[in-house]
Amino acid sequence: MPLSSQAEAGDEQYVLIASLDNVRNISNILKAIQFKDHATFLATSNGIKVTVEDSKCLQANAFIQADIFQEFIIKEDSVMFRVNMTVLLDCLSIFGSSAVPGMTTALRMCYSGYGFPLTLFLEEGGVVTVCKIKTQEPEETLDFDFCSTNVVNKVILQSDSLREAFSELDMTSEVMQITMSPDKPFFRLSTFGNSGSTHCDYPKDSDMMEIFQCTQTQTNRYKISLLKPSTKALALSCKVSVRTDNRGFLSLQYMIRNDDGQICFVEYYCCPDEEMAEEEP
Amino acid sequence: MKCVVAGSNVKVLGKAVHSLSRIGDELYFEPVESGLALRTVNLSRSAYACFLFNPLFFQQYDAEAPKEDSQFRCKIAMKSVQTIFKSLSTLEKTVEKCRIDLNLERSRLVFQLLCKYGITKTHKLSFQECESLQAVFAKEECVAILKAQPKLLVDTVMNFPATLEEVNVTVTGERVLFRNHLEEEQDITKLMVTEMSLAADEFDHFEAQEDISITFCLKELRGLLSFAESSGLPINIYFNDPGRPVIFSLDDPVLEVNFVLATLSDEDTRPHEHTVSGAKKRCPPQADTANSTFLSDDIDAYMIEMETTGLEEKQELPADMPSCSTERGTHHALDCFQENSGSDTESEEDIPGTPPQKKFRSLFFGSVLSPASRGPDQTLLNQEVLAEASDEDEAPK
Repeated sequence: MPLSSQAEAGDEQYVLIASLDNVRNISNILKAIQFKDHATFLATSNGIKVTVEDSKCLQANAFIQADIFQEFIIKEDSVMFRVNMTVLLDCLSIFGSSAVPGMTTALRMCYSGYGFPLTLFLEEGGVVTVCKIKTQEPEETLDFDFCSTNVVNKVILQSDSLREAFSELDMTSEVMQITMSPDKPFFRLSTFGNSGSTHCDYPKDSDMMEIFQCTQTQTNRYKISLLKPSTKALALSCKVSVRTDNRGFLSLQYMIRNDDGQICFVEYYCCPDEEMAEEEP
Repeated sequence: MKCVVAGSNVKVLGKAVHSLSRIGDELYFEPVESGLALRTVNLSRSAYACFLFNPLFFQQYDAEAPKEDSQFRCKIAMKSVQTIFKSLSTLEKTVEKCRIDLNLERSRLVFQLLCKYGITKTHKLSFQECESLQAVFAKEECVAILKAQPKLLVDTVMNFPATLEEVNVTVTGERVLFRNHLEEEQDITKLMVTEMSLAADEFDHFEAQEDISITFCLKELRGLLSFAESSGLPINIYFNDPGRPVIFSLDDPVLEVNFVLATLSDEDTRPHEHTVSGAKKRCPPQADTANSTFLSDDIDAYMIEMETTGLEEKQELPADMPSCSTERGTHHALDCFQENSGSDTESEEDIPGTPPQKKFRSLFFGSVLSPASRGPDQTLLNQEVLAEASDEDEAPK
């Protein structure tokens, strides 16, 4: 769609206006789900949900609640559009991505509706940059049908402990195996690489374990290549909830505290690996 | 075998692995009565390193071999060991104990890190049984012996660019000069030459019977220096004429470290002095291009590695590792020699096409002793140990 057809509109024509004093509060959380180029934005009166998907097997959602924004106006029940994530993040960090103390970039994000570009007004130190990003046809996002009533096992961990395990992942292993069980080993992450296997065990009474609700022993494998992107979210988060449902689907929810102490959530859903090879003890 | 490393010693072990990983791709793991030896050698066999941890280093140490008749030794992929000790700050902050166990039924060497908050990390590594890796060197015979605090050498080496491959050390009179090694074809006008001069009294010990100038790879030395710096142990340096190895060693009641690095032979200036070097003669294809760099291959002559596949059924490496299969081929070749030597009756196993074992051995030792003993088996030696240029990171063998 040529730019000329995405016409400019006045303030009253915008269906969505969201303003924020510190752009890092959303750019950080968007980086946590940046593993594919395109993201679907769905705005409702509660806030904005940004969805990125890969291979129909992995879905990441970032929830930016309305109260994260200093101004949040939505004139329709829901507004949906798709943008290039790389371009969006480049624009958001147009004044530089490193945090300079006492210097923040303010953002006003406006959208006039279907067919219009997403307009970003970025201001830092009296300098205003206007970025217009072409929007794309929104695509249907996957419904993982991950329902809390079907959750079999759930643990909530301090992210620190999991971060370490993920940073040392044996990338020669194709899969990561997650074992959750009411009995030993309780919560175990395993990899099976070229030079042997690695297990990382978390006892249920560990100080790192906030909640341990495992009802039955479950062992599922997930492609490491799919889980790897979630380490971005893990790095930013303070707590993580790991849940599996009766089909073996994995939900990872990350609690992320932004610069202003507000809390946002990023969620990853991942399908289990179908082939369950014979288990290595 | 079984051992437990506790507290801050886990970090020392981790540091040692980091140092070793700068040299070789395989870690030779050898628990003996006198302690746990971790060794490695680089691909071109121009550098060898050994850490010997005394039993007192461990909270618990039991080197008992799983089978009574044989000593257990193995080699493991350096990468996988590195993964275990990847983050030194994590080791320091969270790891309370490290247990190393041998699980013979599953042929796995098990490293278990017991961390804070009850978290345990278990690494089960596959291994290959092998013979001991030894370098032949004699510190006593060295004509120059220096002893320095790690900081002195760290501060000196810090001045060289990180890309510098070789450094030249000259001992003359009461001074030690460190400078970049310049290759003949390098255009001096485009190079920065750094030279540092240290007075003898900066060293804790300074003993040089004659003026000597040696050149060796800096990369391996950096590994040792970072370990020495963190442990605060003084570094002893032993060296001889150019072309003969330089030995860096650290001594501690619970730890002994030796790094043996090849030095460039100095044939242009002192053609007759250097009896050991046979590299030019041994590898004619290289001889034409042989600038002195290639001669660092000389360390071949000092290295002895004996490997065997007599215990091949123990090897349980995944079949999809290409490097294994090629290595096995090598082992077979060596195995013949090993078996021949094992039984004193040499004629028992006469494998066609393979020279008698004794000659093979004498080739190794012989090249250390005298070049004259090198007989018609030169090609064999070339095949087995001849390595590529020492200053490049090679593809896996």
